[in-house]
Amino acid sequence: MTTEAATIGLTHSGSEDTGLGDRGPQSKSIVVPYGFWLFVLSDMVLFSALFATYASLVHATDGGPTTNQLFDRNLVAIETMALLLSSFVCGLAMITAKRANMLWTQVWLVLTGVLGLVFLGIELHEFASMIAEGAPPQRSAFLSSFFTLVGCHGAHVTAGLMWLGTMMAQIWAKGFREDIVRRLLCFSIFWHALDIIWVAIFTIVYLIGTLP
Amino acid sequence: MNLLGKLTWHAIPFDQPIALVTGLVVVLALGAILGWITVKGHWPYLWHEYITSTDHKRIGIMYIVLALVMLMRGFADAIMMRAQQTVAIGQSQGYLPPEHYDQIFSAHGTIMIFFMAMPFIIGLMNFVVPLQLGVRDVAFPTMNNVSFWLTASGALLINVSLVVGEFARTGWLAFPPLSEKAFSPGVGVDYYLVALQISGVGTLLTGVNFVTTILKIRAPGMSYLRMPVFCWTSLASNLLIIAAFPILTATLAMLMLDRYLGFHFFTNDGGGNSMLYMNLIWAWGHPEVYILVLPAFGTFSEVVSTFSGKPLFGYRSMVFATLAICIISFMVWLHHFFTMGAGADVNAIFGIASMVIAVPTGVKIFNWLFTMYGGRVRFTVPMHYALGFIVTFAIGGLTGVLLAIPPVDFVVHNSLFLVAHFHNVIIGAVVFGVMAGYTYWFPKAFGFTLDERIGKAVFWCWFIGFYLAFMPLYVLGLFGATRRMQHIPDASWEPWLIVAMIGALFVLAAIVLTVVQLIHSIKTRDQRRDITGDPWDGRTLEWLTLSPPPHYNFAVLPDVHGEEAYWTRKQTAIKLDRLIDEPDYKPIEMPINTPTGVICAFFASVCGFAVIWYIWWLAILGLIGAFAVFVWYAWRDEHEHVIPVEEVKANARERRRIRQEHLQSLSQSV
Amino acid sequence: MDPVGPVGQAEKTILINSTAIMLAIVIPVIIATIAFAWWFRRGNTKATYRPDWEYSGAIEMVVWAIPALTIMLLGGITWIGSHDLEPSKPLPSKTQPLKVDVVSLDWKWLFIYPDQGVATVNQLVVPAGVPVSYRLTSATVWNSFFVPQMGTMIYTMPRMTTQLHLQADKPGVYDGLSSHYSGEGFSGMQFKVHAVPPQAFAAWAQGARGSQLKLDGAGYAELSKPSSYVKPITYGAVVPGLFDAIVTNRVPAPAVQHNKPISGPGA
Repeated sequence: MTTEAATIGLTHSGSEDTGLGDRGPQSKSIVVPYGFWLFVLSDMVLFSALFATYASLVHATDGGPTTNQLFDRNLVAIETMALLLSSFVCGLAMITAKRANMLWTQVWLVLTGVLGLVFLGIELHEFASMIAEGAPPQRSAFLSSFFTLVGCHGAHVTAGLMWLGTMMAQIWAKGFREDIVRRLLCFSIFWHALDIIWVAIFTIVYLIGTLP
Repeated sequence: MNLLGKLTWHAIPFDQPIALVTGLVVVLALGAILGWITVKGHWPYLWHEYITSTDHKRIGIMYIVLALVMLMRGFADAIMMRAQQTVAIGQSQGYLPPEHYDQIFSAHGTIMIFFMAMPFIIGLMNFVVPLQLGVRDVAFPTMNNVSFWLTASGALLINVSLVVGEFARTGWLAFPPLSEKAFSPGVGVDYYLVALQISGVGTLLTGVNFVTTILKIRAPGMSYLRMPVFCWTSLASNLLIIAAFPILTATLAMLMLDRYLGFHFFTNDGGGNSMLYMNLIWAWGHPEVYILVLPAFGTFSEVVSTFSGKPLFGYRSMVFATLAICIISFMVWLHHFFTMGAGADVNAIFGIASMVIAVPTGVKIFNWLFTMYGGRVRFTVPMHYALGFIVTFAIGGLTGVLLAIPPVDFVVHNSLFLVAHFHNVIIGAVVFGVMAGYTYWFPKAFGFTLDERIGKAVFWCWFIGFYLAFMPLYVLGLFGATRRMQHIPDASWEPWLIVAMIGALFVLAAIVLTVVQLIHSIKTRDQRRDITGDPWDGRTLEWLTLSPPPHYNFAVLPDVHGEEAYWTRKQTAIKLDRLIDEPDYKPIEMPINTPTGVICAFFASVCGFAVIWYIWWLAILGLIGAFAVFVWYAWRDEHEHVIPVEEVKANARERRRIRQEHLQSLSQSV
Repeated sequence: MDPVGPVGQAEKTILINSTAIMLAIVIPVIIATIAFAWWFRRGNTKATYRPDWEYSGAIEMVVWAIPALTIMLLGGITWIGSHDLEPSKPLPSKTQPLKVDVVSLDWKWLFIYPDQGVATVNQLVVPAGVPVSYRLTSATVWNSFFVPQMGTMIYTMPRMTTQLHLQADKPGVYDGLSSHYSGEGFSGMQFKVHAVPPQAFAAWAQGARGSQLKLDGAGYAELSKPSSYVKPITYGAVVPGLFDAIVTNRVPAPAVQHNKPISGPGA
C-alpha cells in the first residue's frame, strides 16, 4: 500500500526531482535578487527606447550644434573613470558587508557615493556649459534626445545615490540583518547595471559622435 | 508665481451642462458610498481586510472591483458616442459638440484599455496564479499592494479630469503633433500622460512580481510542464509587460518633456519627428493587446477543460503556441500604420509577420475544439462565454488577417471596419474571458456561486449586443466610413447606425444585469453555498482549498505528481475511498498588512495633479512624501506574522472533514 | 466596395479573395464548435466519453498545418499585392499622369495643380481615365487623404511628403474625406472628387484660371485660419513653389490652436 500510495501521491514523501528546481518555492535570497534583475532588465528596455530615439534623431540638428561641436572627450573620460571606480568600490563594500564589517562597509559605500557625485557633478557641468553656449535641449531634436538619454541615466544615478544614503543610514542603525544585506545586493546590481548603460552611452553617444 | 499654477475656478465645467451634471452625479454617488461606509463603521474592516492587505486574493478582488466600476464609466462614454452618431446625421450636429465628443472617445479608449481590461485580467491573475501554483502568495506581496494602488491612482486622476479641467481630445494614444503643446495647450493631454505614467509603474511592478512568482515560486514537484495553462499564459503576459511597458513609459515621458520643457522629440519644428512616436507607441501598443488576450486564452483553457470533463487537448502544443504568440507579438507593430508610406518591402514583411500570429492562435482554437471532443460538456455560464468566444474570435481573427494585408488596409485603415475588428477581438476574447473568469472563480473567492439564470442572460445580452453593435460597423467601414466622426456625412448610413445603437442598448442591459446578478446572488447566497470548495469538479489546485481559502491558501504545500495535480489527487482519493494522509502541520509565516501602497498612491495622486496644473511646490512636496514613504517602509523591522499551528490545524481538519463527507460527490463524471 | 479605378478594384479583389479563403476555414470551425459542444453535451448518452484522450500526433500535425498553409497562401498574396499596389508606384498607363499637390489644413483640403497653375479647396477635379500622381503633406497635424471609391489612402504629415497614385476610370462624383483624426473640425473635412472627361478637365482648368482669388502669401495665411465644413474655393493663381514652401516650413503660418481648452482661460 505504501509504495503504491507514494507513487500516486497520497503521502507526503518528497516529490521526485524533475530538475529545474522543482523542490518548491525558492528562498528569499534567490527570489529577491531575481525579481530585481527583472526590474533592471525592464529598465534596460526603457533605455533601449531612448537609444533608439537618439539614433533616429542624432542628425536632426535643425541647423544647430552637432555632436562634433559639443562633446569633450576628456571630461567624458574622467567621468567614466569615476563611475567605473565607483562600481568597483561598491563591489568591495559588498564583500565587507558579507563579513559584517561596519567600518569598512561604510567607508567603501561613502566612496561609492562620492565617486557617483563626481560623475554627476561633471555631467551637470557639461549640461550647464552646453546650455550656456546655446545648445539647450530645446534647440533641436538631437539635443532633446541627447539630454534625455544622458539625463535619464543621470537621474538613475541620482536616485541610486539617494538609495545609497538610505542604505548607509539603515546599516548604521540596524546592522547587517539578512534583509538589509539583500537590499544592499540589489543596490549593487542597480549600480553595476548603470555602469553597463553608461558604457553603451559612452560608446554610442560620445565615441561615435566624435569620430572625425 | 501663482500659488495654484494654472488652476482656477474656470477649470470646473460650469458652462457645460452634460459634464457638469455627470460630474455632480459622480461626486454625490461617491460621497454617498463613502458616507454610508463611515456611518456603518465599515472603515476598520475595509482598511484591515482590503486596503492594506498584502493577500493576493484580496488584491485581486480590489483590481476587479476597480475594473467593474471603470467598465461603467467607459461604457457610459460608449453609449454617448453611439447616441451622437445615431442623431448627428445630415444637418443635425447632434447633442455633443466636437470639443466634448473628442474627449469622450479619447476617454472611452483610455479607460477601457488601461483601467478596465488591464485591471480585470491582472485581478484574475492575482487571485488565481498563486493558488494554481500551490503556493501561499506572490513573490513580492507588498509590491503587489503598491501596484494596485498606483493603478487606482491613475484611474482617480482620469475621473478627476471630468470635474476639474478637461480630458485629452487626442484619441487613446495621443498622437503628436496633435498632442503637442502647440495644438493641445489645455490640461487634457497632461491628465492622460500623468495618469498613465503612474499606473504604468504599477503595471510594470506587477510584471516583475508575476514572472518571479511563476518562475521561482511553485509547489514541490511542479515543473514547468506541469503548470496549468492559465499560469503559462500569465507568464507570457507578464513577460510582455516587462518588455513592453518601459517603452510606453519612455515614449510618454518624451511627450511630456516636449509639452512641459519645450523639447523637440515629436514637434513640427526643431527637427522633431512625429513618425518616431508612431513607431514607439505601437511597439508598446501591439504587445499590449496580447498582454490582454493571453490570460483570456488561459481562462478559456481552464474553463473548456473543466466543463468538458477532460484534460486540455495538446497541452505542450498550447504552451508552445502561447510562447510563440508572446515572441511574435513584438515583431508586428508596423501593421498599425501601413498607410504611413514605409514602402512595399517593409509593409509586406510586417504584414506577413502579423499573419503568422494567426497560426498559433488557430492551433489554440483547434485544441479547444478537440478538448470538447469526447468530453461531457456542461453548459454553465463560463462555458457559454467559451463557446461564444470561439465563434466570435474566429470572425475577429479573420478580419484581423484581412487588415494585415497592406492593400486591404489601404482602404480600411482607421475606418469603422477597424473599430469593429478590434472590438470583435477585445470583446470576443478579453471581455468574454474576464466574464468567464469572474463567474468561474467567484465561488472560490466568496464561498458561493453566482446566480446561473441571470448569468446566462448577461451572456446573451453581451453576445447579441456585440453582434448588433459591431457587425453594422464592418459594413460601414467597407462603405468608406472612418472612425472618430462627431458628425455623419452620409444619411444612407443611418439604418446601420441605428442597429448599432440597439446593440449598445443590449450591452447596457448586460452591464445592468451584471450588477443585478451580483446583488441578487449576495442576497440569496445561502442557496448556492460552495461547501466543498470544488463546485465545478475542477482539475487545478485552487479547487483543493475551501472557499474562500484561508489567508495562507494551503496548510501544507501540495506535492505535485504529474500534470493536472489536483485532478489526479482527487481521482486517486475517490478510487481508494480515502483522503491523502494527514501531513505534519507547522506554524505559517505570512506577510503583514501595510499602508505603504495606499499612502504612496496618495502622494502619487497629489504629485500628479500638481504636475498637471503646474503647481510646482505641491509636486515637489508630493515627491518628497513618496520618498519619505519609501524610507519609512524600509525602516520597518517586522515583515511577517506567524499563524499559530493550532489555527492551521483547525482549519485543515475542518477542510478534511468536509472533503471526507463529500468524497463520493466530488467527481460528477463517475 | 464600389471602386471606380484600378487601385480600388485590385484592393477589392484581394479583400474578397482573402475573405473567401479564410471563410473556408472559419465557417467549418464555427460549425464544429457548435456541433462538438452539442454532440458531446453531458446529457447525450450516445456520445463516447473519452476522459483521458488529450493528445494525437496526427491531429496536432493537421492543426498546425491548416493555419500554416493558409497563411503561406495569404502571405504570397500579401507580398505580391503590397508590391503591386505600393502607393508610390506609378500606375501603368499610356497617358502622362496629372500632378496634384495635396495639403491638409485645419480643417480642409487644399489641392494645388502645379502644371495648371490653379488650386482648389475641398474640391478635387481630375480627368477620368488618366492616372493622377499626388504629392501630399500637411500644414499642421497628421491627416489622411482618402477617396474610398478610388482606393488607397495615405497619411499627410507636416514637414514630410508622401506619394500616392490613383485613377478614376469613369466620370462621376466621388466622396473624399480625412481618415486620421486631426482635432475639432475633423468631421468637416469632406470633399468631392469630380472625375470628368479629359477635355472637360482642360476646360475646367482654363476656367479656373479666371478666378480672381490668388493663393499667395496673404491668401494662404487667410486659408490657414482654423475653419471647418468649408465650401469649395477655386484659386486662379498660385504662388510657385507653395507646396515645397509648406513642406519646409518657409511659409509663415499663424499660430494655430487646435484643441483650445474649453474650460476658459485657466489652462
